[in-house]
Amino acid sequence: MLKPFLFLVCLLPLALLAWQGFTGHLSANPISDITNETGIWTLRFIVITLAITPLRQITKLHALIKFRRMIGLFAFFYGSLHFTTYLWLDQFFDWQSILRDIPKRPFILVGFTSFILMIPLAVTSTKKMIRRLGGKKWNVLHRLVYATAIGGVIHYYWLVKADTGRPITYGIILVVLFAFRVWKLVPSRLARRQFELSTRTSLANRTIETIPTRNDATSAE
Amino acid sequence: MLIKKQNGIPSSEITDEKLYFNRRNFMKAAAVAGAGAAAYAFFSKKSPVVFAQEGKSWKTAHPSNYDTTETLTPYKDVTTYNNFYEFGVDKSDPSENAWRLTTSPWTVEVSGNVKKPAVYHLEDFVKPYALEDRIYRMRCVEGWSMVIPWLGFPLSNIIRRAEPTSKATFVAFQTLYRPDEMIGQKRDVLQWPYVEGLRMDEAMHPLTILAVGLYGKALPKQDGAPLRLVTPWKYGFKGIKSIVKISFVENQPPTTWNLYAPNEYGFYSNVNPNVDHPRWSQARERRIGEFFKRPTLMFNGYGDQVASMYSGMDLRKYF
Repeated sequence: MLKPFLFLVCLLPLALLAWQGFTGHLSANPISDITNETGIWTLRFIVITLAITPLRQITKLHALIKFRRMIGLFAFFYGSLHFTTYLWLDQFFDWQSILRDIPKRPFILVGFTSFILMIPLAVTSTKKMIRRLGGKKWNVLHRLVYATAIGGVIHYYWLVKADTGRPITYGIILVVLFAFRVWKLVPSRLARRQFELSTRTSLANRTIETIPTRNDATSAE
Repeated sequence: MLIKKQNGIPSSEITDEKLYFNRRNFMKAAAVAGAGAAAYAFFSKKSPVVFAQEGKSWKTAHPSNYDTTETLTPYKDVTTYNNFYEFGVDKSDPSENAWRLTTSPWTVEVSGNVKKPAVYHLEDFVKPYALEDRIYRMRCVEGWSMVIPWLGFPLSNIIRRAEPTSKATFVAFQTLYRPDEMIGQKRDVLQWPYVEGLRMDEAMHPLTILAVGLYGKALPKQDGAPLRLVTPWKYGFKGIKSIVKISFVENQPPTTWNLYAPNEYGFYSNVNPNVDHPRWSQARERRIGEFFKRPTLMFNGYGDQVASMYSGMDLRKYF
């Protein structure tokens, strides 16, 4: 019940943008507005995706994991819109201009790389792919999201003229989210080693996300 | 070349009938372009035009021969899509927050190496000069551009009145600092107050104006009321807004964006498609209201008028 509702909520930023576009409520530079809005929502969805595991561990609401894939895919969806806006509305598929643009604007290169890194994650987000890869490999692969998140913040930081406050805020949020993982990781690694030494079995039933297990990956449905 | 050639006579003295009537025709066309343009045509029908701001009548708006004939950017866009960090960093912030600014009374200090330093009330500062319409292109360093019908007078008038001494080689400008009204100044996004500067020859150039209006009306607060600088061959941020001080100095004065990022914003900041901003290309621009980008012109298309001021200068070094 909750999932379809959340799905619609995730579409709201796009709906608002479309409504503003059709009713003339965008600024004098609508292409710039569309670029900025789709870009910021990509970053927001990435941050929300990364916040789910810490949130789940703090609140013990383990059901939250059910929404992670969808939110992650929405990050990819908004990222695709952002990228398409650049290609189509901003550059109008002028490949020569785009090729010239990329080395001149390092923030575009970083943004582009971050987007590309999301593609394998989106492709391997199906149940079938998770099974095919196996939870361990899948989890390792999906750590790419950290690179995408860092790249996204750098992309944002490099493109603003002076008001670095907003990109820095996103940077701080990421640092907090990463710090939480590291903080959790160290004791859990130690625990695992002890566990392995004592039982010599795998950790099939552990649900701490930072430990790659098949169980965890398949639960991310 | 879209800009009509200079013919040696100061534009304020020109009453070229042909030009004048061309303008009228153009303004008729412009009236169709939007509500703001219609207002402009309305003001222009009365000749002489009486320009009034808060009850004070200023002199006739003159036609000028520096106008571009390109389509005007609609009044709404010129007054809602602004970079004026004193009121916030988003484009919509100035039009939402600038109402707080008190523009009357307003004083302008003229000081430094001049024979006649003075502090003027705005009306006395403007009163002696005939206002002119100047339809200029405006190219923002961010890669977008507009065509704006300013109302103003050449800065050279002010310079002549102040009688600078031989020590005055640069002109420095300063914006009001009043964080209670300019709420963007409460955050140190930039170093306040905003400061800008021109070399004396740039300041004396006939294209350089102090604007008090646009579209035949008093300058909206979000566009830099009550007095702002317009240098159409330079990036928009050189056009310092809400000016309270003009001083004549010996050395190149500090400028706000240059202080913020010296490798990104130079003192000159002439529009130059061949010298990229370190983080983006300057080769093309999007004219507000247009879909396709257009190539950016050297000196924003004012090369015939201004290029000679920079001959022999390495424009990559002096960007």
